[in-house]
Amino acid sequence: MAMLEVKDLHVHYGVIEAIKGISFEVEQGEVIALIGANGAGKTTTLHTVTGLIKPTSGSIIFEGKDITRTPGYKIVPMGMAHVPEGRRVFAQLSVYDNLMMGAYTRKDKNEIKENLHMVYERFPRLEERKTQMAGTLSGGEQQMLAMGRALMSQPSIILMDEPSMGLSPIFVNEIFDIIKRVSQSGTTVLLVEQNAKKALAIADRAYVLETGMISLEGDAGELMHNDAVKKAYLGE
Amino acid sequence: MSFVAHLINGISLGSVYALIALGYTMVYGIAKMLNFAHGDVIMIGGYVVFVTASGLGINPLAAIIVSMAACTVLGVTIERVAYRPLRGASPLAVLITAIGVSYLLQNVALLVFGSDTKAFSNVVTLQNLELFDGQLIIKSVTIVTVIVSIIIMVGLTFFVKKTKIGRAMTAVSEDQGAAQLMGINVNGTIAVTFAIGSSLAAVAGVLLCSAYPSLTPYTGSMPGIKAFVAAVFGGIGSIPGAFIGGILLGVIENLSKAYISSQLADAIVFSILIIVLLVKPTGLLGKKALEKV
Repeated sequence: MAMLEVKDLHVHYGVIEAIKGISFEVEQGEVIALIGANGAGKTTTLHTVTGLIKPTSGSIIFEGKDITRTPGYKIVPMGMAHVPEGRRVFAQLSVYDNLMMGAYTRKDKNEIKENLHMVYERFPRLEERKTQMAGTLSGGEQQMLAMGRALMSQPSIILMDEPSMGLSPIFVNEIFDIIKRVSQSGTTVLLVEQNAKKALAIADRAYVLETGMISLEGDAGELMHNDAVKKAYLGE
Repeated sequence: MSFVAHLINGISLGSVYALIALGYTMVYGIAKMLNFAHGDVIMIGGYVVFVTASGLGINPLAAIIVSMAACTVLGVTIERVAYRPLRGASPLAVLITAIGVSYLLQNVALLVFGSDTKAFSNVVTLQNLELFDGQLIIKSVTIVTVIVSIIIMVGLTFFVKKTKIGRAMTAVSEDQGAAQLMGINVNGTIAVTFAIGSSLAAVAGVLLCSAYPSLTPYTGSMPGIKAFVAAVFGGIGSIPGAFIGGILLGVIENLSKAYISSQLADAIVFSILIIVLLVKPTGLLGKKALEKV
């Protein structure tokens, strides 16, 4: 059984149907990329999975449990973290407090401390700036903070929405390196990206979203050589 | 000596405004809404103390605790019934609802307690402080009001900055969606905020009625508006801002009454607000909205 199973999901904004019946699966340990143009419904899909938006119909099964109607705040402790588009760090809280917000639903202080140590090891820059207000960090640092914050909930799956958006090329490479390492450490990754080339390079499988529907799916390596994908998303 | 007396009375009145303003500012900071019924919760708190202390004859301190509990329940109920269904609705709809709740509370009080002024007996029955051979008399209620306000302000600042639920409040105030992604129960956090604001309103109600011992269904209305002004004056959303705004407002009002004109006092207070907002639109301690990089 797949770790995350989305079946025939429909989402409306008022009368507009943003997601028109998509289904996809994420297996334990995989990196899955969701690619597509602006407005294809990638962010809406992630928001629906983590409970920020309620779907009109369809179902979302996470580790055997139906979470379609579960309030978002109850999904986090089940082991799902979401790094939202645009980072959305808490600007008025320190880097440290932001990371601790990530561990909000956890109780064991020692485990949280260990986890914090692990995040600082992965992102040394966050430790250097732990007392700084998150709003004063650069875009790339904020992205690292958003990722570190998500890792503080000790997720079994992490959803990332456009992690490379608006970053300098050096940071983009660094962020993709980090995603690779997060995956290697055993966390399942569902990645939404406009940078299709980079996303396909690190993904196991991928889904192509087009105006609320999945138009293509398959092995990431194969999709990279698919003519339609090349033309529409890889700029070749 | 009379100047000092006016100043101290102003600080005392200002402390009451500050307590009410704290409720406004916390709710605004976290739920991004103006709870115009807040002033009327004060009035209800006053009546609860009146009924339990003067009517049933229970210990004033116990009466205050009963009143705080009643206002907490009232505040949370208002939020649950009137405001929560409108989350995500236009701010105007929420504002109109808040004004509606305000009138509702006033008219329920009118129905239950009648329109006649109730003589509120001062619950602070300590010795007045006499200084300089009786030239300067500071009423005990004045001293208690100032001390209580300072304790509450410090306590609240500590609560928001240092406790887990307090940091959750900051997170919700910044970004409700991101807060939810941390596993924070946004509705629960907003309810806690209303509970705190309303229990502070009960304390403010008692202190207000002890200093100005007349209670009508409209008692909370004007102080409510002035405290709202104080919150805006100090920078809405900021806890120390509400405190400073409240104290300044009370002092300006009292000194204007004493030295300029008691009729013009409110006009002067509101003019100063307008000037402050022209010069610094975010209020004295208000933060500029942080831009996302």
